[in-house]
Amino acid sequence: MLEITDLTVRYGGVTSLDGMSLTFEKGTCGLIGPNGAGKTTFFNVLSGFVRPASGAVRAFGADLLTMAHYRRARWGLRRTFQTEQAIEELSVYDNVAMISSSLRGGARRADALAAIEFVGGGLSPLAKVGTLGAGQRRLVEVARAVAGQPRLILLDEPAAGLPDSETAHLASVIRGIPEHTGALTVLVDHDMSLVSAVCETTAVLDFGRLIASGPTAAVLRDEHVMRAYLGTAEVL
Amino acid sequence: MTGVDTERSAAATVAGQRLALLRRPERPVHLLVTVVLVLFALFALPSLMSLYYTGYMTLVAIYSIVTLGLGLLVGRVGLYSLGQGAILQIGAWTAARLLFATAQPFPIVIIEAGLVTMLIGGLIALPAIRLRGLYLALITLMLAGAFTVVLATVNFPNGGGGFTGYNGQQSHIPPIRRPSFAGTDAAYYRFAVVVAVIMFILVYAHLRTRPGRAWAAIRQSEPAALAAGINITFYKLWAWGLAAFITGVAGGVLAGRDVYLYSINFTTQDSIILLAVALMGGVYSLWGAVIAALLMQLLPAFLQNLGLSYAWLYILFGIGVLQVLTTAPAGLVDQFPKDMKKLGGLIMKLVRHA
Repeated sequence: MLEITDLTVRYGGVTSLDGMSLTFEKGTCGLIGPNGAGKTTFFNVLSGFVRPASGAVRAFGADLLTMAHYRRARWGLRRTFQTEQAIEELSVYDNVAMISSSLRGGARRADALAAIEFVGGGLSPLAKVGTLGAGQRRLVEVARAVAGQPRLILLDEPAAGLPDSETAHLASVIRGIPEHTGALTVLVDHDMSLVSAVCETTAVLDFGRLIASGPTAAVLRDEHVMRAYLGTAEVL
Repeated sequence: MTGVDTERSAAATVAGQRLALLRRPERPVHLLVTVVLVLFALFALPSLMSLYYTGYMTLVAIYSIVTLGLGLLVGRVGLYSLGQGAILQIGAWTAARLLFATAQPFPIVIIEAGLVTMLIGGLIALPAIRLRGLYLALITLMLAGAFTVVLATVNFPNGGGGFTGYNGQQSHIPPIRRPSFAGTDAAYYRFAVVVAVIMFILVYAHLRTRPGRAWAAIRQSEPAALAAGINITFYKLWAWGLAAFITGVAGGVLAGRDVYLYSINFTTQDSIILLAVALMGGVYSLWGAVIAALLMQLLPAFLQNLGLSYAWLYILFGIGVLQVLTTAPAGLVDQFPKDMKKLGGLIMKLVRHA
């Protein structure tokens, strides 16, 4: 369970997150909102790249904000990036095995290979990532995110720029993450069909504030959400 | 529960098969070529070379370790150091002092020199590692300059007393001893090659395991490295320490090669030339380090033998670095085979037309 209380982030005069309070229970949860709503900022706070002005984050009883950022991976925090960051000069296996975890030796190798197996997509562990296409690189990142006994997985627009067929495969992979790892997964994406296909619950951010949360189908029909995305009738 | 367990064990079998795949050497032909070249350098080359070239090839072996360390910093981690010459001098000084002061076996002394150099290098790195690019290069260049000044004052040990081991005499100074099993120049050349091979294996082992993965991740994307739980400062420091260690060992071998060390033979310029040849050789490949050492030590020897001034080399290196930075970032080791292929194609075309 991920509990966020009154989280505020300011960049100079801009308030990127404005007193955000939210709880993600379990399974796969969506986080959506228009551009600049603060979704990636929220992920950056959890990763430790951005220090919040105020607020608290508790994940499965641990205080994430007081943890050194490079220690969070060992604790079980995983993330993928909006612009995919698989390491080109390493093999698929090395990309996955580089994740910091408490596994050692043979267990670590078996776990990395199982993660590559899990994401599918015809990935060969020995292939160099530099030779792969965009879709497969995304899968490498997802494989790294599910390796090493994760507890909390953050996926930042994993389907951005992918063709529909690869998005469909990615959706099935993401849907399988809770069962495969038991981790709480938070998905940020603009592709509403992906979000509704994958997430049981969804929260909506707009200008750094939480404007709706609940079961995905209900949230996507919510009047405030429609207004945030499409504007109001008067404007039109 | 049993269902899950069977699945797990099935997955483990698949994993075992994949593991066998991973353990196979990646490029068996490369490995074979490397082994043959090393054997040639060890057993055939000494009998083919004059004493003049044996001395210079010993230098090539020593400096290939230095450029290996520099290539590791520049190519794998992205740290531009202009102070590797100073690091080498620290290693040489420490080894010379220990060789005069103690009766320890030579191989032990060069390892100790490496460790001392690693320690001093690490102390310098603690603040320097937080800087990037130009600033790191400037700081390390100033270090190299400062160390040249320090050396000119305290001088290399020549068997005198006290901490510096320098007695101010210009004649009748005792030579720095060599290992008992490698007293002659040819034997000492073999010793230097063996040390270089061990250092290359040490670095290769690092690159193929966890630190290598961490360095690759840091060089491409620091956020991704952090998100994967890589402690960036620690791994940068590790790379710096490893480079300082092998450079210190090289300094120890250099002390035994030169027999008499004079501070006047070590200049700040060496550090700059080192970066130039490392870039020209190629910093992304281990072979690049060997080519860099050949450029730095064998080429001047050739020119000198022909009666030409080796100052021409500085112009050549300048042009070479420009060329690397503009058209061939992976250096000669990558560019040369490609150019040869192109040339071969051109010649074939001409032959066919004629």
